[in-house]
Amino acid sequence: MATLHTVNKSPFEKNSLASCLSHLQSGYAVLLFEDGVYGALRGTTIATRVEDAVKSGRVYVLGEDFKARGLDEGKMIEGINVVDYAGFVDLATECDRVQSWL
Amino acid sequence: MSEIKKFMYVNRKAPYGTVYALESLEVVLIGAAFDQDVSLAFLDDGVFQIMKGQDTQGVGMKNFSPTYSALGDYDVTKLYVERESLEERGLTLDDLLPLKYEDEDDDWAEKDSIKLVSREELAGLMEDQDVLLNF
Repeated sequence: MATLHTVNKSPFEKNSLASCLSHLQSGYAVLLFEDGVYGALRGTTIATRVEDAVKSGRVYVLGEDFKARGLDEGKMIEGINVVDYAGFVDLATECDRVQSWL
Repeated sequence: MSEIKKFMYVNRKAPYGTVYALESLEVVLIGAAFDQDVSLAFLDDGVFQIMKGQDTQGVGMKNFSPTYSALGDYDVTKLYVERESLEERGLTLDDLLPLKYEDEDDDWAEKDSIKLVSREELAGLMEDQDVLLNF
C-alpha cells in the first residue's frame, strides 16, 4: 500500500515539502525533483525534518535536476538516493499510488 | 534622458523551476544599454541563481549561469547577496560564482562584483533606489 510522494517546489518558497513530510505513512517513498531538490541540501532550515524522513523511509532526488542547479552529492543529506528519469518511472510503477505535492 | 536613476533588480526565485530568473537577467542586459545606475539583489531563493557548477545537460534547458559573468562588461558591477538567505540554505560565498569586473577608475583592477550584505543593509539599499524591479 505504498505511496510515492513527489515534491517539485522549493521548501523555502512553499510549504509543499513540509506538508508532505507531515502526511507520510509507513512504506512511503518521497521523490524531490525540479525546485524540490533544494530540500535535499544539508544544513538548511528544513534539513532535520528531511533527515527524519530518510531514517524511517525512502527519500529520492532526481539527479538531473540536482545537477542543473549546481548542487553535488557532497551537499546532499546522507541516505538520500539519486535516481534518473527512468528511476522516477520505476518508482511510480512500483508504488500503488502517486501523490504530487504542488 | 539625462537624469541618471538608481535601478535595483530584486531576484527572489530559484532558476529553472520558473522562468523568472532568466527573464530578470534578460531585462538587466537590455536595461544596461540605458546608462542608469544599476544593481542586482539576490535574496531568498534568488541566491540559488548564482550557484556555481550548474550543469543542465540532463534536463534539456539552457544553462544561463555563465551570463552572470558577463554583467561586469555591461557596467553592472553591484550584485548584493543577502547573508541570511545564504545561511538559511546552508550556503556560503564559496558556493557562488566568482563574479568579477574590471574597475576603469582604478587602472582596470579586477574586483568582486558580489557584495555580501545583511538583511538590514539590503533593506537600506532598497530604500535608496528610484526604481525597484522584482522577479
